[in-house]
Amino acid sequence: MTAARRHGTEECRAIFARLSEYLDQEPDADLCERIDEHLADCAPCEAFLASLRRTVDLLGDVEPVELPASVRQEILDRIGRLRD
Amino acid sequence: LTPETDEALLEAVRRDDPAAFERFVARYGRRIYGFGLRVCGEPEDAKDVAQDTLLQAFRSLKGVAEAKALKTWLYRVASNACRMKRRRGKFEPERELSLDELMPRLDDAGPGDLVPDFRPLPDESASREELRASLRAAVDALPPHYRIVLVLRDMEELDTREVAEALELPESTVKMRLHRARLQVRKTLEERLGA
Repeated sequence: MTAARRHGTEECRAIFARLSEYLDQEPDADLCERIDEHLADCAPCEAFLASLRRTVDLLGDVEPVELPASVRQEILDRIGRLRD
Repeated sequence: LTPETDEALLEAVRRDDPAAFERFVARYGRRIYGFGLRVCGEPEDAKDVAQDTLLQAFRSLKGVAEAKALKTWLYRVASNACRMKRRRGKFEPERELSLDELMPRLDDAGPGDLVPDFRPLPDESASREELRASLRAAVDALPPHYRIVLVLRDMEELDTREVAEALELPESTVKMRLHRARLQVRKTLEERLGA
């Protein structure tokens, strides 16, 4: 059984700097593997990643804004004048 | 009925189909207005951004070579409109936040020990409205050059390359600002809503 990794190491800091790329699945396979291994053994980093993932999910769930009808009409009117 | 593709819409614009631009406004007007509102913060500014962008689209859309470049082109025009708004406002230098500012605080027990105190963000505990308000406040509180990257990437769902093209920045800068922006939003949410 592997002893739990001590949190706060240079490796934690290095991983912390790349967590968004990891969430976005952008790093190369070697780095992903290194992060996977670290997270499997470092509960605080894993918990931090979960909270960052939740933040990104919340941002993606924000409801779209409607274009006010008056603004839409104003745009179409201005385009109509450009056409004339 | 199959929705009209961007290719078909762009082709209709090129043919001077009289209703094509109305369909274009129906498709993209809301997104551009929402983007302007999130980045600039004020409905009046969002209205100007939407107007400037869509009028520019009306003048130049025929010159957009490929439909797949359309979204990036639109957000580039809209981003420039937002930047112009900012230049007219208060000038603030574009300082980059350091990662140290955004890392969880250090344990008093010793340097280098991070406190394992990552309080969970709320699921059911916070009301939806409270969550929405906190999220809006957290995004609004970001420095503008971080906010625009976060909005494009996480709310408008452009990928890193598209954000880099829209903002005319290197991808490495987009990634760096996106990460810091997310960390800052996470930190603000935790402070406001954390258990």
